[in-house]
Amino acid sequence: MKDGDHAGDKPETGKPAIHPTPHLDQLEDGPWPSFVTGIKKLRDEGSQNNQLVMNDLLGQLDMSYENRMGYWKGGAVSVFGYGGGVIPRFSEVADKFPESKEFHTLRVMPPPGFHYTTDLLRNMADIWEEHGSGLIAFHGQSGDIMFQGCTTENTQKAFDALNKIGFDLGGAGPALRTSMSCVGAARCEQSCFDEQRALRGVINNLLDEMHRPALPYKFKFKFSGCANDCVNAIHRSDMAVIGTWRDDIKINQEKVKEHVAEKGRKYTIDTVVSMCPTRAISLNDDDTIEIDNKSCVRCMHCINVMTKALSPGDDKGVSILVGGKRSLKVGDLMGIMVIPFMKLETDEDFETLETLAEDMVEFFADNALEHERIGETIDRIGLPAFLEAMEIDVDPNMVAHPTTSSYVRTDDFDEEAAKWFERKAQEAGLQISAE
Amino acid sequence: MSQTAEDVKPRTADEVGVPDPFQYMHPTLKENYGAWDYHDRPRAGVLRHVAKSGDVIYTVRAGTQRQMDVFTIRKLADIADNFAEGFVRFTTRSNIEYMVTKEEMVEPLIDALNDAGFPIGGTGASVSMISHTQGWLHCDIPGTDASGVVKGMMDMLHNEFIQEKMPNRLKITTSCCQINCGGQGDIAINVQYTKPPKINHDLVANVCERPSVVARCPVAAIRPAMVNGKPSLEIDEKKCVCCGACYPPCPPMQINSVESTKIAIWVGGKHSNARTKPTFHKLAVANLPNNAPHWPEVKEVVGRIVAAYKSDAKHWERMGEWIDRIGWPRFFEMTELAFTKHHLDIWTGARHTMNHSAHIHF
Repeated sequence: MKDGDHAGDKPETGKPAIHPTPHLDQLEDGPWPSFVTGIKKLRDEGSQNNQLVMNDLLGQLDMSYENRMGYWKGGAVSVFGYGGGVIPRFSEVADKFPESKEFHTLRVMPPPGFHYTTDLLRNMADIWEEHGSGLIAFHGQSGDIMFQGCTTENTQKAFDALNKIGFDLGGAGPALRTSMSCVGAARCEQSCFDEQRALRGVINNLLDEMHRPALPYKFKFKFSGCANDCVNAIHRSDMAVIGTWRDDIKINQEKVKEHVAEKGRKYTIDTVVSMCPTRAISLNDDDTIEIDNKSCVRCMHCINVMTKALSPGDDKGVSILVGGKRSLKVGDLMGIMVIPFMKLETDEDFETLETLAEDMVEFFADNALEHERIGETIDRIGLPAFLEAMEIDVDPNMVAHPTTSSYVRTDDFDEEAAKWFERKAQEAGLQISAE
Repeated sequence: MSQTAEDVKPRTADEVGVPDPFQYMHPTLKENYGAWDYHDRPRAGVLRHVAKSGDVIYTVRAGTQRQMDVFTIRKLADIADNFAEGFVRFTTRSNIEYMVTKEEMVEPLIDALNDAGFPIGGTGASVSMISHTQGWLHCDIPGTDASGVVKGMMDMLHNEFIQEKMPNRLKITTSCCQINCGGQGDIAINVQYTKPPKINHDLVANVCERPSVVARCPVAAIRPAMVNGKPSLEIDEKKCVCCGACYPPCPPMQINSVESTKIAIWVGGKHSNARTKPTFHKLAVANLPNNAPHWPEVKEVVGRIVAAYKSDAKHWERMGEWIDRIGWPRFFEMTELAFTKHHLDIWTGARHTMNHSAHIHF
């Protein structure tokens, strides 16, 4: 096929000519489900509107494969009352492919944990068949259900239909973004808090920041039930909420013995004892194990290996890390531990988390430069200034190690030390009174 | 026919926010919410969770193409209705999960999914679905196509998806530009630009907000300039690191070209805190061709890295932990990749990535 020769065969019926797709055709074989086959099915058997759009979309996509260039540009499209949530896409080659000249995505917030009934999936498919292209991605990297391929005119109709079945747009642009949680308490024994409640509480309390973008840049929350961090919160969110526990790991010694009997003593030593990051585990001569809980860092490894014998303790809660992001523009950053532990059980606990999230976003709005993420703001002003603004006390769990630089002014060291001892005394006092 | 004001007034959104997941959740999951006891995996692609109540739920995990047409969605829904009690969920990596309460329902469900072309796997020590971005299908700044790379790669790694024969889980990601929306991975397959952007000076003044483009550059290589009598921007090409950060806010600064858009492969990224702390991936090789639709050179290198890891890593070692043990010299030797000056970090904090010790590998 030559450039510009995208007209293809003459139609037999009233249908438009099918664009040849020699490059995409090569992505239909093989054992993995093919997105090309799916799009072709929309072109050949979809609703009348889907057929037209997808024929031209395939034409443009094949041209991208041939020329190895993208042909979409952005713009401004939204729905009544909102300023974000739609990713506008206008084709730069609409003269060749007019039916897919507008191919916007509606970012829609999913149920936390990504649970769906078949009725819901069919409702969504019907809505998108009518108003969009018939192509939906479950899910984007921020957790959105991505309804891909809508005209400007149909964007409002599609949103109205989705909104009527209880769904709302997510974030785009300089705004609060859609959030994600792991399956968590719904189906995982390692879950250390109610992830779906925390997610809904935090996000639904800040919806204005999502629907009417007015922040310096994006802000993301992610919720993982334990340190396995199945939604990649430490790397991928401005504020990561990670489940943990304060008391001892729970051990069922009978199950430990069964594990050792089944897997072997050497294998257990190699894969459990030797792999503990803080050398906190030892295997006893009777094939039970001993854990030094004061040294344990709650990494989850031994619990992952011995799912029946070991489990998180009962005094559960969350850790909070702030400042994770992808490359733009200073390079990838991971979150910094700022709150090693807070309880998350009572209504008051959840309110505390929501207030903290609100304060964090407010700090970001007030202090970040344009197009700066909160991790970059912290790097620019220093962690002490951030903690002071957020009224968070310093804690040695925030650092890999204390500073190694002597270039620091320490004339108020005694006052700072006094605060530390006062806080420690208070904590000890509280503990005594609780007992 | 005349329209009343009411007819033309747009509907006001019901700002419902994040929906309540309980209305869509499998009843056994709902009943045992927060009260699970343990899990195991009877076979690759199947999880068995046992609740403290004694309830048991079997989960069958299948791979999908993520970008799904309504026919595929309805097919997946039909399978759920016929074989899996009408409920599904998706994983972070776009696998679909079906939950059934009876063991004897597992095999017919697997057969139905396999017959419909959905591979069963992605659990435990397997290569799960690749987390990816949009690419040529939808992105406004892509250097390549994500869905195509993923399709080719998962075809090649199909056997490693449907069985659990890797040392530990192997997470692969792809990104269509250096912003790295695909995220960190044990193996990351990312676009790497190799030339400074080519500027269309006729368009800059009208399309780009010049001060914010100048501010976007991480190495301060862009400055305002008059070109051919028009306000535009110019680049100090000696400073430019070819990151492409100026291209999204200023499309006339085209970063992509057939010749200069390349693929780099990175290794050793990890999200989990299990054993070692989370890590970023590190450069393994750059300058591979962006050879759509099969990317054979990329597949070949990924295949070699996967094979080396599979043959040499100990059980539970992730890619980065394996390399930490064997050392980078052995990694480059085993994968037959070149170690070059470009593997030496020169970014902020580079010093901390050097070996400040007498520890060496032979």
